[in-house]
Amino acid sequence: MAAPGGFSGTDYKQEDAVLFGFTRTQLIAFLAMVAFIAISPFFLYPVFLMKVLCFALFACAFNLLIGYVGLLSFGHAAYFGMGGYLAGHAAKVWGLPPELAILIGGATGAALGVVIGAIAIRRQGIYFAMITLAFAQMVYFFCLQAEFTGGEDGIQAIPRGVLFGVFDLRSDMTMYWVVAIVFLAGFLLIHRIIHSPFGMVLKSIRENEPRATSLGYRTDDYKLVAFVLSAALSGVAGGTKAIVFGIATLTDVFWTMSGEVVLMSLVGGLGTIFGPVMGAAVIITMQNYLAEFGAWVTVIQGVIFVLCVLAFRRGIVGEIGNWLRVRL
Amino acid sequence: MDEIFGIPAPLLFGQLLLGLINGAFYALLSLGLAVIFGMLNVINFTHGAQFMMGAFVAWMLLNWAGLGYWWALLVAPLVVGLTGVIIEKTMISRLYKLDHLYGLLLTFGVGLVIEGVFRNEFGSSGMPYRIPAELQGSWDLGFMFMPIYRGWVVIVAIVACLATWLVIEKTKIGSYLRAATENPALVQAFGINVPRMMTLTYGAGVALAAFAGVLAAPIYSVNPQMGANLIIIVFAVVVIGGMGSILGSVVTGFTLGVIEGLTKVFWPEASSTVIFVVMAIVLLTRPAGLFGRA
Repeated sequence: MAAPGGFSGTDYKQEDAVLFGFTRTQLIAFLAMVAFIAISPFFLYPVFLMKVLCFALFACAFNLLIGYVGLLSFGHAAYFGMGGYLAGHAAKVWGLPPELAILIGGATGAALGVVIGAIAIRRQGIYFAMITLAFAQMVYFFCLQAEFTGGEDGIQAIPRGVLFGVFDLRSDMTMYWVVAIVFLAGFLLIHRIIHSPFGMVLKSIRENEPRATSLGYRTDDYKLVAFVLSAALSGVAGGTKAIVFGIATLTDVFWTMSGEVVLMSLVGGLGTIFGPVMGAAVIITMQNYLAEFGAWVTVIQGVIFVLCVLAFRRGIVGEIGNWLRVRL
Repeated sequence: MDEIFGIPAPLLFGQLLLGLINGAFYALLSLGLAVIFGMLNVINFTHGAQFMMGAFVAWMLLNWAGLGYWWALLVAPLVVGLTGVIIEKTMISRLYKLDHLYGLLLTFGVGLVIEGVFRNEFGSSGMPYRIPAELQGSWDLGFMFMPIYRGWVVIVAIVACLATWLVIEKTKIGSYLRAATENPALVQAFGINVPRMMTLTYGAGVALAAFAGVLAAPIYSVNPQMGANLIIIVFAVVVIGGMGSILGSVVTGFTLGVIEGLTKVFWPEASSTVIFVVMAIVLLTRPAGLFGRA
């Protein structure tokens, strides 16, 4: 997608980075987010917040590709779901501690990302979207038939375990702080990637790939590394979710999940660093309150998709940024 | 002629026929996608939902209006095509100036809405649609029994594909279409209403999907998910064939159906993934697709 961050034509204020590559406004937004994460479990249900954080990390990982490389992946459920399965399997069958299980989730996402990414980056635009979707469906069929995934039942009763042999995660609050740290670490990593020299090359590929090639960059290598990073972080998000909820099922590898993460990023704002977090919070909250309406949730999500594309392409955070004339 | 490669002949031919039938649907759907993409530069993610609508309109015509299969073959594509025209006029046409990915996202959302509405209305379980009386029974081909309806589907699909090809390659409308695909601004300058052509092209592609849906209704049970799972495989077919040529997408569709059928005989566990494996191999060797232009 050609420059989702820049296509709005907004005349942004020039702001210099003040800390960790954040501009002043971004730093304020980041501190507000951290503050909210720190106090929210005292007045909101921690399990719900953990779900939001897992999906927020997933959406941020997805947004790394669409927002900063311009590649729309329609198959991110594969890394999220597979990360969940392997993390769950590691914790339950191999009896590994949660920190290793989550790392295995990330490694699973990365490994899948290397294989699928190496093939998918041979095409761009809508072909890239179709190819990633098709491969994710292949992963889904694999999970449907494989022994260790438990087929239709999924992997159930995954133990949360004891982190580093010290922190018992059966307490929701302890688990919450772990999830919060995983999310913030992932968020800062993505922020760091975007603002590194590597990230600059990614953005130049998004803006004009032939030109980046002519400057001597092997654009395919850059795209693949970005793809693998995104897939690995999606795997971490999926693994964390499996540990939190003690369950890994086919829902998380199905194409509807790939659609949901696209929707979250779109609602929050493609190509903004805070957008996917906002989008995940909005969509998960909506699903939570509308759960009793059953299949109407799909209809509502479809309507939001259509409205966002037709009239609200900047997303919530993008609109706020446009209004304040700052990049968020 | 009882066994071929150690496989009982009826099983082999049965799966081959099943493969041809699936191939017929792949061909019809990928053809519609290719026609729409050629003109609008939009990948129609709603295609699966529109295929499903075709089957449902046939079901409604039979159960609510008493109109049978033959009427459905005519009416369902018209009705669903008309909804396609409305979707193009009110929504898709606003996105032509934007990145093509927005068209994909929009049609994905529309597909979710349609499928959700049908699921609320009719539930997830399938509803049967009887094979019309004229096409019941089967032919004895000597080596196997061939249900007449299945043979009919394969033949009709081939005829529909050829007809589409003839319209596009041999008629005046088709020449406008091909010209507008190459250079819309120039065609517009010659006084041809290109926006209207785009609307009608979308409607025609959608009608083709609905036509396939009516054909599918007696074979698969009519249910809201019938299109969603099929369309992802069709996307893979489109990537394999490339969207450059009409006949290319037809040939690719049928071939992949047969490959899938044969895999079901020789290695059943791999049958649901074989098309994706073929896609990976094609992407590694010919990234533009078998019939595509780079």
